[in-house]
Amino acid sequence: MKLMRCPLNGERNISEFVCGGEVKAMPDPDKASDADWGRYLFFEDNPDGEIVEWWLHAPSSYWFIARRDTRTEAVLETMTVQEWRERQGTVGSGQAQGQSADSQAHGAQGTNG
Amino acid sequence: MPLSLLRYGLLGRRDSDAYFPPEPEFRTKAEVVIIGAGGHGCAAAYYLAKEHGVRDIMVLDKGYLGGGNTARNTTIIRSNYLTPEGVAFYKESVDLFRDLDRELGINLMYSERGHLTLAHTDAAMRTSRWRAEVNKHMGVDSELVYPDEIAKLCPQLNLSDGVRYPILGALYHPPGAIARHDAVAWGYAREATRLGVRFHQMTQAEGLLVEGGRVKGVVTGRGTIHCGKVLQAVAGSSSIVAKMAGLKLPIRTIPLQACVTEPVKPILDPIIVSGSLHAYISQSARGEFVMGGSTDPYPLYASRSTLDFKEGLMMHMLELFPFLAEMRLLRQWAGIADMTPDFSPVMGLTPVENYYIDAGWGTWGFKATPVSGKRMAECVATDRQPDLLAPFALDRFERFAPVGEKGAASVGH
Ligand SMILES: Cc1cc2nc3c(=O)[nH]c(=O)nc-3n(C[C@H](O)[C@H](O)[C@H](O)COP(=O)(O)OP(=O)(O)OC[C@H]3O[C@@H](n4cnc5c(N)ncnc54)[C@H](O)[C@@H]3O)c2cc1C
Repeated sequence: MKLMRCPLNGERNISEFVCGGEVKAMPDPDKASDADWGRYLFFEDNPDGEIVEWWLHAPSSYWFIARRDTRTEAVLETMTVQEWRERQGTVGSGQAQGQSADSQAHGAQGTNG
Repeated sequence: MPLSLLRYGLLGRRDSDAYFPPEPEFRTKAEVVIIGAGGHGCAAAYYLAKEHGVRDIMVLDKGYLGGGNTARNTTIIRSNYLTPEGVAFYKESVDLFRDLDRELGINLMYSERGHLTLAHTDAAMRTSRWRAEVNKHMGVDSELVYPDEIAKLCPQLNLSDGVRYPILGALYHPPGAIARHDAVAWGYAREATRLGVRFHQMTQAEGLLVEGGRVKGVVTGRGTIHCGKVLQAVAGSSSIVAKMAGLKLPIRTIPLQACVTEPVKPILDPIIVSGSLHAYISQSARGEFVMGGSTDPYPLYASRSTLDFKEGLMMHMLELFPFLAEMRLLRQWAGIADMTPDFSPVMGLTPVENYYIDAGWGTWGFKATPVSGKRMAECVATDRQPDLLAPFALDRFERFAPVGEKGAASVGH
């Protein structure tokens, strides 16, 4: 079985994890239109290549961030939400500043098909 | 027929025409370009030429004709969906399928076996009853049956209550069928070529020419094709191709796996599906047991096979059919499925003028090949969203108007 490294629990079988979907920039709830929310909730980049996603270690209910390659199935890197936020602060890849990663994690739980 | 067969036998001549004519010369102009020569692309080309008189069509495929999910699917055809929109749509497809071998002049081996969706929980019984009522209302043959009836329809099934998930009942859909999947793509493509449609295999769409919000052409490694209209029908690659048109889709690409056993004599007539156990099975005309379940747990563009899939599937399959423990698996494979959040397709017009989409076919699109081809042809020819496709428009997700078919499509494709 494939393994994934949980930042909290270490390396585990990938069947212990749940994929929570792409990390997306949440629109401002006060300004976003219904259509903006619809696009935020349902539309995906769905890249063939590198992807950054929310993952959950189900037995411990622990959410974190993983970078994967969707062509090779390689898990490139996993990190805590804190680490991801810090990196966004320094690298600045277009993620909305000040958005709450934790509130995204909450919303992500429903997206597992 | 018997006479011509007799003559064929007696004449001793064995040469026949190739099924497809040789590939035509690659030209850089066409009225319509269809990206993707799966069942859907081939069917759309056929109906465009046949019913709308549009014959200047090029169909491109980056691989082989019908070599994508069309070649990998487990061929279940049914119309017992949950929403009235879904039932009306798939019902038209089943109606077209029933007459299709005559229309295309090819043996599709269309075989109506009856389809049982097992219920192991009260919630599943409730959904089955709901589906049966919606189906009957829409003129589709479905009913809720209980274990005594199931025992008559499928005596091989383990109906004992000494298992982890005893069977409480089932949604029975007599018209449920299987067919020869390759023949569907081949039949449509051959008839389309007879009407003048040009197919180009090993020809990948690498980019799109879009000017002023309108599509003008398709870029390929063999040259740029200037054209009036473009239809994309590329299943698992939908997001990649849509991105060339500047579009983002409500789609995630996730593998779906399946497997077959060695062939044996006919023993299993109906198609059996269990949503709760994530397992389904039918016996092919060749005698192989064809088995599958739900999609893999995360997105991927690789059609690799896994041991996890087999182990998870067999754990439940052996509870349903203990005799299968004696069988050996012959092959295992996967396709990449274009999954939507509501388990319904994305079809019709797009924000780019003269650019049309047929996507979001996930794990359920083989049965829809005829109706998608027919209605997408209508959409391309008239530049209007046909009524039957209105509920499946791309912008439904911005209007919070999903067509929720998860209960009816997530396992029993
Ligand atoms: C294991 C499995 C089991 C399934 N079981 C069922 C079932 O029982 N019942 C059911 O109804 N459905 C089932 N499905 C779903 C069904 O197979 C698909 O929804 C359907 O075949 C999609 O047809 P299509 O013509 O749209 O796509 P495809 O047959 O995948 O054709 C798309 C084509 O586009 C080509 N392409 C991609 N990108 C490009 C490009 N850039 N340029 C040119 N060409 C390109 C590909 O090479 C491919 O040939 C199953 C799928 C799988 C994987």
